[in-house]
Order: sequence, then C-alpha cells, then structure tokens
Amino acid sequence: MSAPPPRFVARSVGKSFGGTRVLDDVSLELAPGSVHAVLGENGAGKSTLMKIIAGVERPDAGSLELEGVAYAPAGPLAARARGVVIVHQELSLCPHLTVADNIVLGSEPRRFGWLDDNAATERARRALGLLGASTASLRLDARVAELSAAEQQLVEIARALAHDTCRLLILDEPTSSLGHADAERLFATLGELSTRGITTLYVTHFLDEVRRVADGYTVLRDGRHVESGKVQDRTNDALVTAMAGGAVQLEARNEHEAGEVLLTLRNLSGVRSPRDVSLELRRGEVLGIAGLMGSGRTELLRAVFGLDRVKSGEIRVGAAAGPASPAARLAQGVGLLSEDRAHEGLALALSIEQNLTLSRLRPLLRHGLLSPKREHAVAARFIERLGIRARGPEQRVGELSGGNQQKVAVARLLHHDVDVLLLDEPTRGIDVRSRGEIHRLISELCGAGKTVLIVSSHLDELLAVCDRIAVMKKGVLGAARPARGLSERALLEQAAGA
Amino acid sequence: MGPLAALLAVYALFCALAPATFLGALNLATMLRQTAVVAVTSLGMTFVILLGGIDLSVGSGVALTGVVVARALQSGAGALSAVAIGVLVAALAGALNGALTAHAKITPFIVTLGSMSVLRGVAKGLAGEQKIDAEPRGLETLMTGGANALMPSGVWLALALALLGAVVLHYTVFGRHVVAIGSNVQTARLCGVPVERVILAVYALAGALTGVAGVLEFSTLTVGDPTDSLGLELEAIAAVVIGGGSLAGGQGSIAGAMLGALLMTVIKTGCTHVGLPNWVQEILTGVIIVVAVGIDRFRRR
Repeated sequence: MSAPPPRFVARSVGKSFGGTRVLDDVSLELAPGSVHAVLGENGAGKSTLMKIIAGVERPDAGSLELEGVAYAPAGPLAARARGVVIVHQELSLCPHLTVADNIVLGSEPRRFGWLDDNAATERARRALGLLGASTASLRLDARVAELSAAEQQLVEIARALAHDTCRLLILDEPTSSLGHADAERLFATLGELSTRGITTLYVTHFLDEVRRVADGYTVLRDGRHVESGKVQDRTNDALVTAMAGGAVQLEARNEHEAGEVLLTLRNLSGVRSPRDVSLELRRGEVLGIAGLMGSGRTELLRAVFGLDRVKSGEIRVGAAAGPASPAARLAQGVGLLSEDRAHEGLALALSIEQNLTLSRLRPLLRHGLLSPKREHAVAARFIERLGIRARGPEQRVGELSGGNQQKVAVARLLHHDVDVLLLDEPTRGIDVRSRGEIHRLISELCGAGKTVLIVSSHLDELLAVCDRIAVMKKGVLGAARPARGLSERALLEQAAGA
Repeated sequence: MGPLAALLAVYALFCALAPATFLGALNLATMLRQTAVVAVTSLGMTFVILLGGIDLSVGSGVALTGVVVARALQSGAGALSAVAIGVLVAALAGALNGALTAHAKITPFIVTLGSMSVLRGVAKGLAGEQKIDAEPRGLETLMTGGANALMPSGVWLALALALLGAVVLHYTVFGRHVVAIGSNVQTARLCGVPVERVILAVYALAGALTGVAGVLEFSTLTVGDPTDSLGLELEAIAAVVIGGGSLAGGQGSIAGAMLGALLMTVIKTGCTHVGLPNWVQEILTGVIIVVAVGIDRFRRR
C-alpha cells in the first residue's frame, strides 16, 4: 500500500521585503487530514510563510503544490477558490452583522438576485456543525459584536469552512486571545476537522498546544527551515532548542552599575491590566518583562506612560508624581517605544525627520519658526549614529524596512533625550542585524546613565540584554530576578505554567 | 504640480476658445476677485482637512458673518468694529465646532452638519428672514475697487492670508502638529502633541477665516443676506481636494487649494464666455473635480 499523496507541498520558498530576507529556502509537506504545527520565535518568518500559502503575499523563490497540482494563487480569493483559507490572528468579522451573515459573507446565496435567508441560515448552520458540539450555544442571528472573542473565532473558522471545498485551513496563533476553556473548545474542533480530512496548519509559540493538537511540526528560525518531524519524536526541550537555536549566542550582557531610583510603581492597577504592580527602576539598569501575548505587558507600559487610564496606585518619576499624560511623561524624561510601529509608533506618510523630531520641536526653532536646516541636521546626525539606511532625512518612513523604521522610532527617544526608555517589543519584525544594533544601543544607553524597561517576546533577547527579568501573567507582575540565573526554559515555564 | 498644470491647461483652452473676451488683464482681475471668498474659506478648510477633519458649516458661517456685519453697521458701529464683531462671531462658532469634535469626540462631519443648520438659522433669525441693507462705511471698497479698481484690497488680503497660512503650516510647531495629527493621531499622542488643543485651535482658525470671507462677501454684496453662500463649503472642500488634499488627513497644501479655487472660477467664467449654459458648467466642474483627484491618486500609486 502506498502512502497517500500529500495535500500540500512547499519547495524552497523564499521572500524578501525591502532588502531583508524574511524567508529563505523553506520547504514543507502536509498529509491530508493532518494538523501540522509551524513553530518559531517572533520574526522567524512563520507569518510570512502563512501569508504566502494563503495568497496574501507572493513568494519570490520556490514553488507550491496543492494536491499534486501547481498552486500559485494571485490573491486570497484565488487561494480560497482552491480551498485554502487563513484565519488571521486579528479577527476580520463585520461586528454589525449576524453570525450567519458573517459566515456567508462574500458568497451569499441568492434567489433571483435576492438574498436567500433560508439557504444562508442553512449553510451557516452546516458550517458551524462541522466545528462540533462547541458551537451548540451559538445563535445564528446574534450580532457578532455581542460574542466573546472565542465565539468570534469559531465564527471566523466556520466562515473558512462554509466553502465546501476547504482543504487547507491556516490558523495563525489562534489561542492568543482565548482563555483556557475556549482553547480546549478549539482543540476539540481541530480534532473534528481532522477526521473530516481537512488539513490544518497551526502557527503558535506554545509547545503544550502543539503537543495537544499537532501530528507533525516544522521549526523556522530567522526565516530558515530548521527541522520537521513528528511531534511525538521530540521532547519540548528539543523543540525549544530548535526554536531558540541554542548555539546562537546573543551579545553578552554587560552588568550595569545601578544608580538612584528613576521610576517607581506602587500597587499600580489599570482598568483590566496591570493588576497591583510594584517595581523600582534604577539609573543604569535594564529590566525585562517577559510574558505571553495578552498577559498585560503592553498595558503596563502604556499606563506608566499615561496612554491608558490608571485606576489606582502610584507612579513616580524620580521624586515627582504628577498627572499622567504622554506630554507630562515626556517632560519628565520618560519615553515609550510603541509595539505597533505602523499604526502608532510612526506616521508612515511623514518623513524621517518629521517623525524623529515630533516630540521635541523646540531645538529646531529659529526666531520662533521651524528651521528646515536644523531639522535636516538633527535627522542626519541620528541617521548616521544609528546606521539608518535611507536616501536622506526627507525620505518617507513608510518606504524604509522594518528595522530601519524601528531605528527612526528609537531615534525619536534619543532626540528627546529621555532618561527612562519604555521599550515595547523593540525588535519585533526586524532583521537580525538591526536587532543586534538595537541591543548594542540599549547597552550603550545604560552605560550613559539611562534606564530601560523592556517588554519582549524574544526570551533570548531578554536574557541577553537585561540585568533583571520579571514575568507577567494575567496582569500580575512576578518578582524581578537577576537574569544571570535564569534560562529561557524557566521563563517559559513561569509565563505559560498553570 | 498637478493643480497648476490643470489650471494652466483649462486657462489656455478658454483663451483659445474665446480669445476676444477671456484673454486679458481685465478678465483675469475679475476672476481673482470672484475667487477671493472661496479662496479664504479654502484656506481654513486646508487646515481642517489636513487635520483629518471636515467643516460643513462654512457657507452658513459666511452668511451669518455678513448679517452680523450688516446689523452692526446698521446700529451705528464703525467699519472696523463691525468687521471685528463679525469675525469674532465666526471664530467662536468655529471654536464650538472644535470643542465638540475634540472634547465631546463627535465626528466633525456630524458636528458641522449640525452647526451648518444652526448658523444658517441664527443668520435668518438675526436678519428677520430678509436682506439687511446697511451703509457699508467704506467696506465696499474691499472688493469693488475704489482707486485700485483692478485688484481691490480684498484680493491682496486673500493673497496675504494664503502666504501667512503657508508659513504657519510649514514653519511653526502648530503647523507641524496639525500635519502630524492628520497623518497619524496615535503617533501624535505618543509624542506628547496636545491633540485636543490643536483640533480646537484649527476649527477656531477656520471659523475666523470664514469670518474674513464673510466680510469680503458683504463687501461684494453690500447687504447682509442670510440665504447667501449656500453650498460654499462644498466649493471649499473641492478646492482643497483638487489641490492635492486627502480627506483622510495629513495631505494637502495651501498653494494647491488656492489653485483649486481659481480653477473652478476659470471654468465658470470660461463657460460663460464661450456661451455654455449654467447646467453645462456644473457638469464640467463636477467632472473636473473627480478627474483631477483621480489623476492625482493614480500618479501616487
């Protein structure tokens, strides 16, 4: 008996964005009805690979094959027509429409040009039925806005399955917004799909999930294929080593000399997160915050910076405890690097110099007016200092690569000359070289008497650059411990453990 | 570059079609005069649109200013104080638009749709639903010449304001903040830009400029007409958009808006000179707005 032909094959796929190679020579083979996990740290290239398979991006090297036939979708619609559907991390439902409306959206059944509500309801019911018992409580006429995140996710998956032809389902970090019970529901659903012969590609960071749902796995690191195999043949340890690339040592941390206290949090609570967080940050030290997505790390930084409302507790910068607003914080010498470069951190349509100087325009004034000459000079200085690869200070930030964009955002903090840097995922989605450069910069800043609070999902990064690391979980911050005695494994366990 | 090319092309076209009347300094001066009111309102609209907002109350604001100025003159106020009162009223109306947008977080479209109706109503009430005749006390010379018939002082005022506006936009912290908010309000907030204060100031500024335009309009009509300037806001928006402005914010230029305003006048005047009826003019203006913006978007891609 010969093995069944693979459902999907990727051969030596490659992709570059603006000079950065984000995927290089990646291959993949999926059996019908299997659940295959794609593992890797942030920036390993998982999302890009998924986007290529779903037709969102086109590869610039390699080839794809679906059920033995060449597969090169022109777009997501073309991919969908071939039975390949992606469910993104951020859900894409229309909140004002009902569950049934959303499930049939874009392929509404018609009768003589009129919407056929009965057929729509029937198709929606069937699609939800495929997901198994977990959807029994879902009302088809409920508005999506009224559903929980988990229910919305089920609707999203049901929409993917509403096409009778669905052969390959791609789930991109599907549990990032789900609680434990809901995640269980999802796992049960995946089992159900598998028995129906639907192949699932499952992207995640969480090894426990992989063990629960996946048969096979593929590990990516820095855009390259590291290994593939059966999950049962590998221990979690071995998988972590493959993801982190044990041999790759990041820049060694230099133990910084800690000075006086610059930032104090006492029993700080936000609306949902953080919860009762206290910490002290001293001049010259780097404090890392580890934790899973949704654990409230970003919310902590935003509350400190005055972007999110503080419910109770106290924030002191040096000796001052004033009102919290970004303007006030910047005046006190506290700056935030946003995790969301494209939507918050930078105005992509504006130039490098406009972005770089926005928080502190005063030094550019001559006789009360902005001096283009001074603006160029400031921007040119930082472009050189941080090695930003750009045509010049007037180039639009949106045209730069991710790493260079991030350097512009960091340069803004340097131009502002803040003492306390709140860095939220400072190396997310940037190339290895820029990453190293940002790590060096952090070290250099601490040497110069600044202090850094850094949130990162890259545990190796935290271990390399931080003096102390604390783990956040469900809004609660654990004790900060010296990074020297910690390992990725210990941090992962603390972040993901029961 | 786009709007200038379009303006020159349309101008050249009409010059060729009606060389006897259209070509000539006199007609050029007339067109500049006819553009002044739209130009000044487009100035304020440029700031509003750069910010990512919209102001539909401009036409009503111009009418209200005209009525207020006429009433003030009627009750014995001097020319200068009548102008001051008119501009102040319009600026306050603008500030109210801004406050509702910035602090009550109501979308500017709704806020100014409301104030468009409110200001129009106030103008009619104040005028007793009729035109108000008032001794203009020299205000008529702003637009109708006097000694300097070809280019009256109102046109120079509009030009000066445009220049000043461009300087404010490009070389002041306020101008930079306006562009930053329109481009990405979250980034602006992250950088400590006083977003609410800037929004309020921009709408107040637009209101004040509406007031100036209202004074120019009064000077042209020499009566306070509460039903005047219906739809002026749409002309101002069209001027900004033809000039490269984006309703999504962050994009637009004062020079572009001025050229856009002029372009619409040229089309109207040219059509008249060529003998095309009013309805053809309207169709042409509409087509040119969409084509101009369409070309611009296409080129940006």
